Amino acid sequence: MPDTNNDPLRLGDVTFKSRLLTGTGKFASKKLIAPMLEASKSKMITVALRRVDPTASKGNILNYIPKSVTLLPNTSGARTADEAVRIARIARETGCGKFIKIEVITDMQYLLPDNYETLKATETLAKEDFIVLPYMMPDITVTKQLYDAGAAAVMPLGSPIGTNRGLEMKPIIKMIIETSKLPVVVDAGIGRPSQAAEAMEMGADAVLVNTAIATSDDPAMAGKAFAMAVKAGRLGYLANMANKKKQAQASSPLTGFLRG
Amino acid sequence: MTFLNEVRRLESFSFEAYFNSVTASDVQNSLNRDKLEPQDLLNLLSEQAEDFLEPMAQKAKQITQQYFGRTIGLYAPLYISDFCSNYCTYCGFNNVTEFRRSKLTLEQIEEEAKVIAATGIRHVLVLTGDAPAKTPLPYLEAAMMILKKHFSSIALEMFPMDEDDYQALIEAGADSLTVYQEVYDQNIYKKVHPKGKKADYEYRLLTPERGANAGFRAVNIGTLFGLGDPRIEAFMSGLHAKYLEQSYPNVEVSLSLPRMTKAEGGIAPRHILSDIGFVQSMLAWRLFMPRLGITVSTRESAEFRDRLIHLGATRYSAGSKTDVGGYALRTSNATVQFEVTDTRSVAEVTRMIRENGYQPVFKDWEMF
Repeated sequence: MPDTNNDPLRLGDVTFKSRLLTGTGKFASKKLIAPMLEASKSKMITVALRRVDPTASKGNILNYIPKSVTLLPNTSGARTADEAVRIARIARETGCGKFIKIEVITDMQYLLPDNYETLKATETLAKEDFIVLPYMMPDITVTKQLYDAGAAAVMPLGSPIGTNRGLEMKPIIKMIIETSKLPVVVDAGIGRPSQAAEAMEMGADAVLVNTAIATSDDPAMAGKAFAMAVKAGRLGYLANMANKKKQAQASSPLTGFLRG
Repeated sequence: MTFLNEVRRLESFSFEAYFNSVTASDVQNSLNRDKLEPQDLLNLLSEQAEDFLEPMAQKAKQITQQYFGRTIGLYAPLYISDFCSNYCTYCGFNNVTEFRRSKLTLEQIEEEAKVIAATGIRHVLVLTGDAPAKTPLPYLEAAMMILKKHFSSIALEMFPMDEDDYQALIEAGADSLTVYQEVYDQNIYKKVHPKGKKADYEYRLLTPERGANAGFRAVNIGTLFGLGDPRIEAFMSGLHAKYLEQSYPNVEVSLSLPRMTKAEGGIAPRHILSDIGFVQSMLAWRLFMPRLGITVSTRESAEFRDRLIHLGATRYSAGSKTDVGGYALRTSNATVQFEVTDTRSVAEVTRMIRENGYQPVFKDWEMF
């Protein structure tokens, strides 16, 4: 039996006690971030470099994130691999650490990621010793290519950012979980705790939830709800309950006669 | 294919007949849809839809929070020159209005920039009149080089340019473009722009497309409410925004709702946009385009702006000065292009945004 008390998430060479990743965007106030992190026990939070202002006398978003939580800067705003790479380098210079979530979006209508540019950026940044977490359109081949390129995990979207529509890409994400050598973090579109549990139950290593928590009436309570759902889903997965049999297995009704 | 094709296609369309035919159930059906078509936008802009403002507002608020969060972006305008060679009959800055015109030196631009940046604002909108001879490309490029030391995003609201010039300014540091069609109705356009370069309707109409082709990452458009029929103008602006969103998926598209107030040397607005019409346009656009940016300037009153936060707005100007040199070099009698109605400071506006349960966002771009 797996030790459920010692079941860390490993990203690159860093381990995390929580399998819930959160975000800093969309909150009614930056002051709500710390209580949310406290309630959810999330240990990694993404922040758009475009929102980071080290020159701000007050109000720099980084000051609202407890030191015990790892920053996951993202490249929001990048439209090409080259732009993502430049944003990542600025993030490192700004003191955001060695993690980078690559987000290359060329489609503002649906906010879907560009896998080709994402792959190119991953290749470059992994060589520069970033721990690279690429946000991606669910795709098996690209998952393999991201592994070869040096990514530390893949982050396939459940449904388009901000839609709260849950695991619309479920069949493909399931295939990725089955075949990927990298941790799978389901990112974007998770709107309810039950959807987070569903992702974890089918074997995702973690989920990233921002909109649903940040725009709720009580982000701390929502964060806690997601944390519980993630834990429940994880235990369900480890207990091997999700392994549905495709066909009923009677004792060889069709071929049993061969064995007399 | 350009937006001109759309404008041409609609020339024979009778808006009046259509608006008169809209029923309450047409509005309700449009309101119920997840993905709206242009016809739905017409329905929501009709007089009939005025009875549905509350349910439209409820849905608009929910959609806006979903896609933009509980946040309002902030920016400040910076007028660097009020020389203008246009003849817009409605504008206080036009060529025939006599007042002492000025243009900031590069040093003065830096002084103004410092005062704005000290408020924490990191998004600047740089404005000039339409006088390329007074504000030639090298001057504008030099201005960009200075401004990028103080801001993380530079938007331009200047005379329409060719793609090459836009590329040069992007290279120098600009990333966003604002250009208003003023009025989509071609007959009115001709009448209020009797001569000069601006008389060319098509060149102006295709400016956002030239800007997108040049590589601006964000384009903000709009009509100047007061010139044409507001319902038709709101529809055409919405359609234009949708066209840009679909044609340039890598560009953030947003709309503004400048409406005419009394402008010095101007004419009285013939189609005044009421507060109801203002809100109805915003809501209809939001339902039509869930991810559309909606910008509200200090032309609007403080009381009105406080309410608009909940109705789909995503970006506010704050602490604005609309005269050249208004921030640091204050000359008391400078002529303004439009009167600022919300005269609150940046600190006051941000406090109001927080009190409304929203986060003021000072920086939402990184130059790289």
